Amino acid sequence: MNGYRFTLHRFFAVLIKEMIQMRRDRMTLGLLIGIPVMQLFIFGYAINMVPRHLATVVSVADPGPFSNSIVAALNNSSYFDIVKATNSPAEARRMLARGDASFAIEIPANFSRDLIRGAKPNLLVEADATDPAAGSYAIAAIPNLAVTALRDDLVGPLAPLAAKPAAFNVAVHNLYNPENITQYNIVPGLLGVILTLTMVLATAIALTRERERGTYENLLAMPTRPVEIMVGKITPNIFVGAFQAMLILLLARFVFHVPFIGSLGLLAATSALFITALLGVGYTISTVARNQMQAMQMTFFFLLPSIMLSGFIFPFRGMPGWAQVIGEVLPITHFLRIVRGILLKGNGTFEVWPDIWPMILFLFAAGTVAITRFRRTLD
Amino acid sequence: MEYAINVRGLTKRFGKKVAVNNVDIAVPEGEVWGFLGPNGSGKTTTIRMLCGLLSADAGEGTCLGYDFRTQSEAIKRETGYMTQKFSFWEDLSIRENLEFVARVYGLPKKRQLVDDTLEKLGLVSRQRQLAGELSGGWKQRMALAACMLHSPRLLLLDEPTAGVDPKARRDFWDEIHKLSSQGITVLVSTHYMDEAERCDQIVFISYGDKVAQGPVLKIIEQSGLITFTLEGDRARALADELRGKPGVEFVAFFGAMLHVSGYNRALLEATLAPYRGDPSLKISETHPSLEDVFIQLQDRATRGAA
Ligand SMILES: Nc1ncnc2c1ncn2[C@@H]1O[C@H](COP(=O)(O)OP(=O)(O)OP(=O)(O)O)[C@@H](O)[C@H]1O
Ligand SMILES: [Mg+2]
Repeated sequence: MNGYRFTLHRFFAVLIKEMIQMRRDRMTLGLLIGIPVMQLFIFGYAINMVPRHLATVVSVADPGPFSNSIVAALNNSSYFDIVKATNSPAEARRMLARGDASFAIEIPANFSRDLIRGAKPNLLVEADATDPAAGSYAIAAIPNLAVTALRDDLVGPLAPLAAKPAAFNVAVHNLYNPENITQYNIVPGLLGVILTLTMVLATAIALTRERERGTYENLLAMPTRPVEIMVGKITPNIFVGAFQAMLILLLARFVFHVPFIGSLGLLAATSALFITALLGVGYTISTVARNQMQAMQMTFFFLLPSIMLSGFIFPFRGMPGWAQVIGEVLPITHFLRIVRGILLKGNGTFEVWPDIWPMILFLFAAGTVAITRFRRTLD
Repeated sequence: MEYAINVRGLTKRFGKKVAVNNVDIAVPEGEVWGFLGPNGSGKTTTIRMLCGLLSADAGEGTCLGYDFRTQSEAIKRETGYMTQKFSFWEDLSIRENLEFVARVYGLPKKRQLVDDTLEKLGLVSRQRQLAGELSGGWKQRMALAACMLHSPRLLLLDEPTAGVDPKARRDFWDEIHKLSSQGITVLVSTHYMDEAERCDQIVFISYGDKVAQGPVLKIIEQSGLITFTLEGDRARALADELRGKPGVEFVAFFGAMLHVSGYNRALLEATLAPYRGDPSLKISETHPSLEDVFIQLQDRATRGAA
């Protein structure tokens, strides 16, 4: 098949044409730079997986030193902001229902008396669990908070009532991101998501645009071959992708102060592989889509699982098996692990290799489909 | 005789619709052939199949000696195809478009070649202008120059002069005849009768069928048409009156004249006899023009299809 032979002058012809067209298309060029910056700031600042300062209402039916201590402890922890103290549990409920508070904490009547008697009174915590993730960290913190809050009050004759320390210590080390800073996770992840969006989209419209404008007929009437057209059209996008990656990493480093522990060279090499795999997807779309609208829709069809099933937003291991299988196929899943691994853990080639070969496999599959799907006629 | 195009049984279907039906075309090297037919008759589809842009559903043969079904790569290298709809890049300048073509074909002395072409086109001063900003006629002229840049042996031109002014059209045809004298073969589709008359032979297709082929004079002769012209102030007003009368196949305006055509001389004469007495009307027999024949062929095909 001489259809797969590659000729340099024809490749350069397509490449130069694409670069001139890209330079003239200010709007798209602006978007390619604007999208990463905008998304980075929106996602980087807006998403917080460990929400703090959640509105809380306390209803105290039993004022006294104990309840004072508990309320003060809640307020001092960064998780809760007491927006109202009331003595009516019903009002606390209403605030919860209206969404004015995410938590209602009720200290029941006779709390102090029962406590001193050793009757183990209940401290009732009601949480707005419509969004389970929002409150989970805060809820987990409450028991410990309450125990330590009362430790200073339960002295002297009351000392036996204080909670006994456990017979062993649980030492929890939050490795790689000790302060649970969401940005450290989100910002490197955004590198994958932004590249997925822009690279796939920019390539998906590469052929469909020619088809829509009627220039495709001309391109096909000349002796240009599928590979030459494909590589010629993809190459400029590789540079755009590299530029975007650099931009995002610079912002990650100097605006979001994400640690850069591992090798930048390895990061660059894996990013290049990731970008090429994405361009393969984009090009496949562009050989199938009849017009730019379809190309756009197919891009989003690919983008959605890339965001949802890759571990970008939801923890990968928490997903059901079938979702994990889909996730494993997507290049972004592996890229996210690689980026986070290199930046936060300082992983080297050895550690990231298990995530490199699936991307190579994906690239070959996408490239093969793109070349074979390339219609060399107008029918 | 060597044939530049020699295909038999060319057929193309779009779903159920047969766009080109069992068409044979054999164009000897160095000749200029015209390709005529009403809108939607299958001219563009045929040309696209010849240069490998559409796969034929049936048919066999060669283009420039290469099998047109399997060797379209080789055909493309030596063929210049000008599309009916402007298909160069509107966001590239005139010069950039030409340079792209030169690069794709790997032409030597690219810069000189593009300069010369621009010079010949008279577009030197506008070479930096975007192709999309050109007027329709200038787009056609640029496209034509671009598809001849690589000195092809065969030119497939799909309505190359649509929207081109008369002077440029004349220049274009002079150029075509010059190329043909150098041995280049041209197949050109057109709706202009005067252009068809400048071709060595014409192929006429209708509803995908080839309905006539040959030199213009022979096609006119073979049509068996007898045509009378009616001249005079009243002539134009008579068109409706004459249509449908015995022996009258069709009536067509030619400027202030009326052409009345039919196959049966006796009937036609009889129908026209009452008007002979009118001194303001001048009735005379004439050679049918290609346009008369064109209308007749079209008429007949429409009736056949109905
Ligand atoms: N891609 C296509 N899909 C479906 N039908 C098509 C396609 N291309 C052409 N046709 C149909 O095939 C027939 C022949 O079209 P074609 O463009 O070859 O006509 P044409 O002779 O070039 O007409 P014109 O003088 O208007 O340019 C038409 O009926 C057209 O609708
Ligand atoms: Mg046509």
